Formats: sequence, structure tokens, C-alpha cells
Amino acid sequence: MVQNTNQVEGRAVPEKTLGEIQVDNPRMSARNVNVFYGEKQAIDNISLDIGMSQVISFIGPSGCGKSTFLRCLNRMNDTIDICKVDGEIKIDHQNIYDPAIDVVSLRARVGMVFQKPNPFPKSIFDNIAYGPRIHGLAASKVELDQIVESSLQRAGLWEEVKDRLDQPGTGLSGGQQQRLCIARAIAVSPEVILMDEPCSALDPIATAKVEELIHELREQYTIVIVTHSMQQAARISDRTAYFHLGKLVEVGDTKQVFTNPRHELTQDYITGRFG
Amino acid sequence: MTDRTYQRLDPQQAAERVKASINLRKRKETRFLWLGKTAVAIALGFLVLLFAGILSKGIPGLFQYYVTLDVRLDARQLDPSGQMTVESLAGGDFDGAILTSLYEALGNPEGRKEKREARRLISSGSSQRLMNYVLDNPEQLESMVSIQFAVDDDVDTFLRGLISRETPEADRRISDQLIGYIDALEAEGRISYEISDYLFFGSASRDAEMAGIRGALVGSILTLLVCIVIAFPLGVATAVYLEEMAPKNRLTEIIEININNLAAVPSVVFGIMGLAIFIVAFGMPRSIPLVGGIVLALMTLPTIIISSRAAIRAVPPSIRDAALGVGASKMQTIMHHVLPLAMPGMLTGTIIGMAQALGETAPLLMIGMVAFIVDVPGGVTDPGTVLPVQIFMWADFAERMFVQKTSAAIIVLLAFLISMNAAAILLRKKLERRW
Repeated sequence: MVQNTNQVEGRAVPEKTLGEIQVDNPRMSARNVNVFYGEKQAIDNISLDIGMSQVISFIGPSGCGKSTFLRCLNRMNDTIDICKVDGEIKIDHQNIYDPAIDVVSLRARVGMVFQKPNPFPKSIFDNIAYGPRIHGLAASKVELDQIVESSLQRAGLWEEVKDRLDQPGTGLSGGQQQRLCIARAIAVSPEVILMDEPCSALDPIATAKVEELIHELREQYTIVIVTHSMQQAARISDRTAYFHLGKLVEVGDTKQVFTNPRHELTQDYITGRFG
Repeated sequence: MTDRTYQRLDPQQAAERVKASINLRKRKETRFLWLGKTAVAIALGFLVLLFAGILSKGIPGLFQYYVTLDVRLDARQLDPSGQMTVESLAGGDFDGAILTSLYEALGNPEGRKEKREARRLISSGSSQRLMNYVLDNPEQLESMVSIQFAVDDDVDTFLRGLISRETPEADRRISDQLIGYIDALEAEGRISYEISDYLFFGSASRDAEMAGIRGALVGSILTLLVCIVIAFPLGVATAVYLEEMAPKNRLTEIIEININNLAAVPSVVFGIMGLAIFIVAFGMPRSIPLVGGIVLALMTLPTIIISSRAAIRAVPPSIRDAALGVGASKMQTIMHHVLPLAMPGMLTGTIIGMAQALGETAPLLMIGMVAFIVDVPGGVTDPGTVLPVQIFMWADFAERMFVQKTSAAIIVLLAFLISMNAAAILLRKKLERRW
């Protein structure tokens, strides 16, 4: 089945990824990763490094495996029974699929922001404080207050919500909710933040705010973002990876990928010929 | 299979056809609407009929007739040893004191036949009532007090007009002489129609005028307590395990099917099982709320499990993702997020289960909770009965007055049920308020 759809308008998906999959200073590195949903192969032999303090964006048409690959990076795919992952993904030279690795501590290091804003049905304060509480990050109530305040400040939400921390997080607007989710992710001080189409449910103004936030966060965090918006990828990321039918077609500096793509498929996609 | 000769409709024709189809659609919708309205009306009609029937029969059952007598509390007669304890009062002649005042009120009838008829006027529980009165008010000894005694159930039935004076004397349960006495007392204003204290504070009795539901009510409460303490944690834990942790394989599939089947097992089967296991095999006593509660818990478990699983499944996956995403373990995700969000649904299921359990008779008959027990159970291991079983027993008794008592007990059962449901709704509203 894969063979039949491997060609788009006569253009073959390359066997080997074009561009530089390696970087000098990787935070995470994936080698020969395959993902199966039951019989169906969703990710086909992908290798990719994710650089320290960089923003890398994953682009590609729907169903190309970019979200699946993203969810491998903090083992969120574990929750799907039929999903099988093989290959090797390392964070700081430690294989995250090693049975000795505690998935809970992994997710504290690799945070995640989802497509649809999903605050807990609790107060704004509790939304942020939940992560630090379960990981025992705050030694005292004062420290917890500080974590909440600084997280909200980093997410650019503090000024908007500081007077109503006890109000439900679900009462905020969509854009605010998404920034609340980002604040919740950074409250546990992760090293990597995975974002799965974080702006697809937001209006342009809220999107601009989130992008601005990503721009500020890049200094301290490594960010992996899946997006359907080529402009967004071009604006915010240092590197861009183009996925197609479960394969990583091409990866490189964002500028190079958008101005001088190495593969015709990438070229067609970014110029809007399909996808 | 396109017909190649098909000609496209011109817009005018199309509009006409659409119009015709719209009329047809509208007629169908109207018909459906009316069907629905009729169904609701019929259902409401039956409900009104049911309630009207129960209330019209049951409300008179909440009341009964009393006769007020002036009793002289003579210390030497009532408490010969003068210790004022239950034991010493047992030696007192309370019947004598009551009869003296009764005869006085009737103008001191002479002759054994007249006295015998007079004695049939008041309830046989009157001496107990007077004894309790003396125990509660020892300071009133040696004085004259007015006390209300229940009239005998036949007299009560006559006063309600259910025994006609026109019936020949030989065919009715009370004599002309007795009717004469009743008329005399009524003329003096000594007969009153009041809320029955025996109904609410009395226990099982063969005398209809003294029979009450207190024992059964306490028995019901104790049984339901045992039931909820066992069924709720077990049901919720099972639901969480099956929904969140169990591997999806053939074994869990079989378990699932069997839980669903268990919900359809007739309740009497659970009773037989309770009899075989708890009473025969484990040697637990009969008629106790503990065994009743366990049997009812087994019966309500499937209901609780099924509704709890549905409630857990209704929790949006995005909330689980969010919790897992910040590094919560599976257990933390369940305890902190899934369970609180599923709790209202789980409670609804539990209350439905409890309501079922409250109204259940058959399994409790099997484990002997149908016994005639006068004492109010003080704990889950004291023999007792429950409301529906009490109703079942009363409905079987021949005395006319038990008809009203039965209906009154049904009202109490319904009130219990409604207040339980109301509590559940309030609890749910409170929990659901979490935005």
C-alpha cells in the first residue's frame, strides 16, 4: 500500500533524507525510528537531531507522520495500545525508550503543548501549580507562588490574570488558554517543549502572541513545533523538517529549506502545489 | 449506473419538486411531534393516576382514631413496690386503671357482656402506652391525667365509615352495643382523628392499630448503608481498572460481557445465592441487615460498574493528555483528573442502584428478612426487616386497617426514595459546578 502512494505526481519520496540530520550540539537525537499502528507503518526509518536552544518546525501534508514523530519524543504514544515504536531516541545520550527510564521524569524534561488548548477544569493557579506539585518542585507555598507567577510571566499571561488566579482556567479566551497551557508546560522547567499545532485553534492575533512567546522562549528551551502554516514555520524556526508519507524528506536551516529546497516534493509543498 | 438519457431539471421544475417534498417533510415532522407529545401525555397521565391512587389511599393511613380518657395515676395500683423502674411497673395493674376510666367515661356499664364490649373499644397496646407515660412523667403520679389511647382497629374501621350500621349485627365485626358506646364517646368529644404516632414510632405488630414502620425504616437504612459501603468502592474500583488499566484481551472481554449479563439476572437469584453462601456456607445469622446489604450490593454492582465506566469514558481525552503531558503518572492522572470529572456520573449510577436496592423484596425474602421482628434493629447484625418487605407482609394481613397502613408505608417508601434522589441531584450539582 505504501508503494502505491509513494509517488506524488511522479515524484518519488527519497530513500534517504536530504539535508543535514545532524547538528553540532544536539539535545535530542533520533536514529532509525519506525512507528507502527498495528499493521500500518506511520513512521519509516527517520533519523533527526534536535539542536540545543533551537526551534525546529515539522511541516508536511496531513497524515505525513509529523505529529506521530513529535509524540514519540516524550513517549505520549505509549498511551495508544496498538502503537509500537522501534529505533533509538536519545535525550542527552540517554535512550528514552530504555526500560529503565521513568516515563514520568522524561515528560517532566520534555513538556508538551497540544493542538486544542486543554487547561484542567481547575483554577488558573492550580493549572500551573499542578506540575510542580506532583514533581515536588516547590519546597514551600511561597516558592510555589513564585513558580506560578514566573511561569505566567514568561508566558506573557501574568498581567491579564494576576487578579483572578482563583478563577477557572477554562473561562479564559482560546488564546489565553493556550498561553496558560504553555505556562503550565514551562512551570516544571523542562528542557524541551513539544508543540503540536499550537495555533491551529487560534485567531491571528492570539497566534501572533503565541509566536512572540515562542520567540522569547527559544533562548532557554529547545522547542519542537508541528505546524500547518508555512509562514509560521518560516517566521519562528531555526530549522525545518519536511515530512511526507511517514518519511523525513528533507531537513535543513529554515531559510535554506524555504528559499532553496533540495527536493521537488518540498518545493511543491512550500509553494502550495499540494497539501 | 448513471442514466445517460437523463435531462437536467430546469430550475423552475426543480423548485416545484422541492416544494412538494417540503410539504411532505413538514407533514412527517408534525406527525412525529404529535406522536411524541401524546406519548409524554400518556406517561404523565399514568404518573398522575399512580400518585393520586397512592396518596388518596395512603394519606388516611397516616392518621388514626384516638380516644381521650381521664386516667387516675394511683401509685399503689401502678407501681406496687414503689421503685419506678420498668421491672417494678411490670407488676402494676395498668389495664385496671385504664378500664376504670373507660367505664367511667361510658357511664359505668354493669353486667359482664356490657363490660366485655366496652373493653373491645380500645387497643390492647394501651397499658404499654400508659406505662411509658408514667415512666416519662413520674411527677404526675397521684394525679388525674388525660391521655389519648388508640382505638381498636375494628372501631377505627367503623369510624372511617368502612363498616356500615345497616349491615346486620351478626355480619359485622362490632356489635350494636359497641356502636352505642362509640356514639356516646363521640358525643362527649372524646374521639379524635390524628396523625398516627404508632405508624412512625411503632414496630411490627399483629394489631393493626399499633403496627408501625420504625423497625423496617431503620432496617432499610442499615441495609442500604452496608450496600453502599460495599458496592460503591468496589464498583468504582472495578470500573477504573477495566477502563484504564486492564489489557484489552479475551479475558477482559469475557469479564465485560458477564458484568453486563449480571445486570440482567433476576434479583431473586441473588437472594438464593446469598442464602447458599452467606447463611448456609458461612453460617451467618438469618434476617440481618448485614447479609441483606451484601446481597443487595452484589445486585447493584453491575449497575454501578456500567454507569461508572460510561462516566470515565466521557472524560475528554485532552484532559488525560494534559495531565500526562506535564508528567503525571497514570495513577495520578486517574486520581487527580479522571475520577473527579467522572464522579457526578458515577454518583448518578450509584443512586440508581441504591434506589433499586431500596425497593427490592425478593432477594431479602430468601435470606429471611421477612421474619416477624418487633424490636428495632440496633446494628447491622440485629435481625430486622426492610420497608418493601414490611409492605409485602402487611398487604398479606386480613385486617381492614392494614390496607391503610400498607398504603401509608408505601408513601413513606416513596418519600425515602424521592429524598434520596434529591440528595443525589444536589450532590451532583455541587460536584458538577466545577466549570
